[in-house]
Amino acid sequence: MFAYIVRRVLATIPVMAIVALFVFSLLYIAPGDPAAVIAGDQATPDDVERIRASLGLDRPYLVRFGAWVWDIARGDLGVSIFTNLPVSTMIQQRIEPTLSLMIVTLILAITVAVPMGVVAAWRQGTTIDRAVMAFAVLGFSVPVFVVGYMLAYIFALELDWLPVQGYTPFSRGFWPWLQNLILPAIALGSVYIALIARITRATMLEVLQQDYIRTAKAKGLGQRAILFVHALKNAAVPIITIIGIGLAGLIGGAVVTESVFAIPGLGRLTVDAILRRDYPVIQGVVLLFSFVYVLVNLAIDLAYTLFDPRIRY
Amino acid sequence: MMQTTRRGVLGAAGAALVAPRLASAQAASTLRFVPQANLSNIDPVWSTAVVVRNHGLMIYDTLYGLGADFQPKPQMAAGHEISDEGRRWTITLRPGLRFHDGTPVLARDCVASIARWAKRDVLGQRLDGLLEGMRAIDDTRFEIRMKKAWPGLAFALGKPSANICAIMPERVAQTDPFQQIQDFTGSGPFRFLRDEFRSGDRIVYAKFDGYTSRDEPTDFMAGGKPVHFNRVEWHVMPDPSTAAAALQNNEVDWWETPLSDLLPLLRRNRDIAVEMVSAAGNLGVLRFNFLHPPFDNPAVRRAILPALDQRAFMDAAIGTDPEMSHVPAGAFTPGMPLANEAGLEVLSGPRDLAAAQRALRDSGYAGQRVAMLSGTDIPILQNLSVVAADLLRRIGFNVDLQSMDWGTHIQRRTNRGPVDQGGWSAFCTTWEGFDVSVPGSHQPIRGHGSAAWAGWPTIPRLEELREAWFEAPDLAAERRIAEEMQRVVWQEVPFIPLGQVRPRMAFRRSLTGVVKGGPALFWGVRRA
Repeated sequence: MFAYIVRRVLATIPVMAIVALFVFSLLYIAPGDPAAVIAGDQATPDDVERIRASLGLDRPYLVRFGAWVWDIARGDLGVSIFTNLPVSTMIQQRIEPTLSLMIVTLILAITVAVPMGVVAAWRQGTTIDRAVMAFAVLGFSVPVFVVGYMLAYIFALELDWLPVQGYTPFSRGFWPWLQNLILPAIALGSVYIALIARITRATMLEVLQQDYIRTAKAKGLGQRAILFVHALKNAAVPIITIIGIGLAGLIGGAVVTESVFAIPGLGRLTVDAILRRDYPVIQGVVLLFSFVYVLVNLAIDLAYTLFDPRIRY
Repeated sequence: MMQTTRRGVLGAAGAALVAPRLASAQAASTLRFVPQANLSNIDPVWSTAVVVRNHGLMIYDTLYGLGADFQPKPQMAAGHEISDEGRRWTITLRPGLRFHDGTPVLARDCVASIARWAKRDVLGQRLDGLLEGMRAIDDTRFEIRMKKAWPGLAFALGKPSANICAIMPERVAQTDPFQQIQDFTGSGPFRFLRDEFRSGDRIVYAKFDGYTSRDEPTDFMAGGKPVHFNRVEWHVMPDPSTAAAALQNNEVDWWETPLSDLLPLLRRNRDIAVEMVSAAGNLGVLRFNFLHPPFDNPAVRRAILPALDQRAFMDAAIGTDPEMSHVPAGAFTPGMPLANEAGLEVLSGPRDLAAAQRALRDSGYAGQRVAMLSGTDIPILQNLSVVAADLLRRIGFNVDLQSMDWGTHIQRRTNRGPVDQGGWSAFCTTWEGFDVSVPGSHQPIRGHGSAAWAGWPTIPRLEELREAWFEAPDLAAERRIAEEMQRVVWQEVPFIPLGQVRPRMAFRRSLTGVVKGGPALFWGVRRA
């Protein structure tokens, strides 16, 4: 197992190298010029050229790529063209809100969606099942920003229970931290609750038809034990897979949620950087996201072994 | 092992009782503001972005400031003497000026600050071209010697439009003007708290206790700058609906640029005031590329004038509320001293599409493709572009409306090639009203060819008139020049004004003393 983990971690290096090359090249050929953005509306061409030179953007592709790779190899993600802050500092400032949002969303999604899917499968064809499926369709269909605005209107503006926007660091207390995350997590989680609930239901339905479930019933086991000990454990692999994919997808969903609820996370940092052509920030964040995707995939693979003893690495 | 004592419990209970009051007092002395955009960089000489200028006004003071009448008045300067037939200015600093690190503001700091600013700002470059020498005479006086008289020097040093002539310590001002500064020691009424700065989220300022305000009433950018908040926080909110909700929920006090669609909602809230704060607003502009067909032909450009309806542009840009915009608008910002009506009937008279179509046919237009650039991530500009494209099509142009994000748009504009080589023909934008209120900083009206703003018109007469404006002895002379320039604009059409956008600001009614006239200013304002 340990050797497998080491192999997988080492395998991230060529993946990251390909991502780095791809991202750098894409930005190089993409339209847009940070020097022109910095120079602004009033700038003369000479001003733009001088700014471009001062940023080193007039150097050839290979020179720039080489310098960037050399910096990355030394653990230096570079400096933002606009804020002049180190990219690592900017990521550090933004990672806590995004991580917090993802964790709360994931906990919410799993604790709500898995029991929903199990109950829907258990009560297949009943009103409960139809209600769960209707909720799932709604969760898929209503965009995150619409859910977000509705939640903010009801729970912040009308009821005044929760704040509309912002983020409070965990260091300032659990409740202040959580109250800023409840509405965004529900908004962002609605899609994942729907997704996980549907997959759980479908997988459970399949498992509940298996012979060993019939045997368990014949042995006189209670309904709860059959559902949660025997059936759910055997349905876990596809559910874990979808949770893992969902976790990766949360990063994308966080961009919209962070904008709607003014949460200063990595999603907004990325969008701002793309719009301004802040190349070092885009490159740094994309590298980080790629690394997270790779780690999530590794975690999923390892999680399989917990639920299915036949899987060994 | 930690012991629980009676004293400890009483102390904790007391702290718990006092804590909410302390938090409440802190909240009362904090002003929470939603700026128009993210503060992506923090050097007001390096960047021309309006939000960076606004940041500059927080932490830096200027030698002069415009009053509510838009005339310059001494601010850090105590006054000046003009000698040598107007070519030599000796400026004296008022006493008690300090930088945020506690050191006194000296004449040499001002000399270095002016020198850096003069390399970047459009009026500064004028000074740079005229400059014979600049030196500190002693700690409180410095002189500027020019090759010829420039009566508008005080205006240039005190103008509120980007780039402001921010006074920085000499060590900071010696930074290359094309590099960002790293030291944010300012001279203004607020200190920038860099440790709390998170671009895209939060910009925080603290009251600078060492600031010596002028002992005069506040007069826009001039006069006293009394500060009544210990802390000002800028909360960056990219989503307008979120900002509106936060303002309604009392999570922020002041929103700089509420979306016009949301104004009725905000007006219905009796705790929120919606007011016009900036008298200058923004001037919409349709710009042409003079280097390639079809807009290299003045007759083609003029053909658009009879059909152009500024009201249609303004309705699309900012909504149908007539208070939100002003038409007709000439070449200079309406409501400012140089706004005039010379020849304005070309835009204010009855609109005549047939006349425009006839004029286009007679102009020799041969159906060349018009590449119209549109920035999709700035709604006002996109709306202006869509209306412009529709107008040009109805007149008879072969329009190719090209949508792109602002970053690409601003780069495409630097391409001087023809349309089939990635060039462009026309685009719409807005200029801050202060910029286009006088010929000196009015980029669209310039006609100095390859060095001009994107579009690169060569119109020598406009350059002659601009030069004359710099030397105009008084406002009456300036107005005569502005009228003449406006007439030339209708003939040569370097751009077409599309109307004046007059955006509103929204703030909690608990705020009083909001300074009117220009950008959001944080002196004078207090919580009732």
